[in-house]
Amino acid sequence: MSITTKDVQHVAKLARLNMTPEEENLFTDQLNAILQYAEKLKELDTEGVEPTTHVLPLHNVMREDENRKSLPIEKVLLNAPDEEDGHFKVPAVME
Amino acid sequence: MSLFDYKLTEIHNKLHDKELSVSDLVDEAFRKIGERDEKVQAYITLNEEGARTQGKKLDDKLVSGEERGLLFGLPAGIKDNIVTEGLRTTCASQFLSNFNPVYDATVVSKLRAADAVTIGKLNMDEFAMGGSNENSSFYPVRNPWNLERVPGGSSGGSAAAVAAGEAFFTLGSDTGGSIRQPASYCGVVGLKPTYGLVSRFGLVAFASSLDQIGPLTKNVEDSAYVLQAIAGYDGMDSTSAKVEIPDYVSALNGDVSGLRIAVPKEYLGEGVDAGVKETVLSALKVLESLGAVWEEVSLPHTEYAVATYYLLASSEASSNLARFDGVRYGQRVDHIGSLLDLYHESRTQGFGDEVKRRIMLGTYALSSGYYDAYYLKAQKVRTLIKRDFDQVFEKYDVIIGPTAPTTAFKLGAQVDDPLTMYLNDILTIPVSLAGVPAISVPCGFADGMPVGLQIIGKAFDESTVLRTAHAYEQNTDHHKRRPEL
Repeated sequence: MSITTKDVQHVAKLARLNMTPEEENLFTDQLNAILQYAEKLKELDTEGVEPTTHVLPLHNVMREDENRKSLPIEKVLLNAPDEEDGHFKVPAVME
Repeated sequence: MSLFDYKLTEIHNKLHDKELSVSDLVDEAFRKIGERDEKVQAYITLNEEGARTQGKKLDDKLVSGEERGLLFGLPAGIKDNIVTEGLRTTCASQFLSNFNPVYDATVVSKLRAADAVTIGKLNMDEFAMGGSNENSSFYPVRNPWNLERVPGGSSGGSAAAVAAGEAFFTLGSDTGGSIRQPASYCGVVGLKPTYGLVSRFGLVAFASSLDQIGPLTKNVEDSAYVLQAIAGYDGMDSTSAKVEIPDYVSALNGDVSGLRIAVPKEYLGEGVDAGVKETVLSALKVLESLGAVWEEVSLPHTEYAVATYYLLASSEASSNLARFDGVRYGQRVDHIGSLLDLYHESRTQGFGDEVKRRIMLGTYALSSGYYDAYYLKAQKVRTLIKRDFDQVFEKYDVIIGPTAPTTAFKLGAQVDDPLTMYLNDILTIPVSLAGVPAISVPCGFADGMPVGLQIIGKAFDESTVLRTAHAYEQNTDHHKRRPEL
């Protein structure tokens, strides 16, 4: 399996990245090299092997559903590139 | 001799005897940084004013006789992906070049509670992605043993600062070797604890199923002290383990007689530099002379670990780094049309090439039609890799090999070849996938550069790892050598 420049364009869109044509070519080559290396895994028979998502025997760690103090608004907005009236501000989403 | 050549207990005795003040220690850190950091480039942000104020407070405590914390007065450097309230935290990325955290990571609160002094924030590969520190978007860290060589990564600043005497100890993070490999390259002690032992609340996430915070120090005993201060359950980290924390320092009794050591043949095979191999074999002889026994074993899935890791870690990274969108924090590109353009432009300008490469790889591996072939397959192979370790640990107490297949390479030598760069982590990645603890201790030199011995233990058995490392270290002098700068 090898990926094409078109695949790279598609994945870049999914990843919310812009690419110049030069970058598209470079990434196509580099990702192909890495994926080709990853083909190695196909040598292994993993039929019936459970996937490991992480190593601890933990599932759905829950806490009591109770109110907790949260950060004050001014702290939350401290690093916001743009804000207005206690909200993060972004360009209009609807026309 | 520098003040930081003393070990923690010696410093504490000197403080107790009034031979030394905390302000002296803080002065020493900034003096060394002033003399050396222009060359080493280990720090991104300094906390000089804050550190001096805290030093004075601790000196007051010394006079009043108040109870002192475990790490009292010790100047600490913090890797720049661990958030510090009010102290800029960049992850060595332009995206976060002005990011001012509004809370402390749990490890930072714990260091403060233990009376350590935060000196500054340490350089790294951008978002912890890399093995040479050349991916820092600010400037590369240089190896104090040879400024033409890399310090390793991604915690290169953390390792170099300790080696250069620019901090008493530092914290790093390790996802696939990012504490151990730079510790090996810079000739210092680096410990990656068991996954879940140290809280990651406030560590900027790279690959959540692998990331772990740990200490870098000049010797094993100090490593045990720092681990003692930062280990433990934290309700703010949902992957934090509820385990009892033993007394790590008291485990350092020098006794390794009868210790069963497994040496994987894959860790001394093809691709491992002859000088590194020789150094590791002589380290095994030292342990043998102390009564330990070692046998060759096989971890048969070792050769699949790097591919498994890059698929899993990149997939997790592509998801974790989705939060950097230019809305709530970080850089935003001005004069943007739509919201979608804002995301695209901010991310495109904010991230460096390696970060983009991994986001792309991860996004591809998780995308419709490829999930089973790459991501799920890698998770299954991870199970096989973990089983390799489980089986060996049924019969052995520790696994020992080199930390890295080579010593530190020259700056620029591998930047154009990501795959070769990834293979530097071939001996640390399997350990990360298995989630078990491992330490890198200095075990000699090859071609004038430090070599690290990797000692791997069972899950939550840091005590045996530290005891073995300490027994070895106490019978050698490698950890006492310092680079000339």
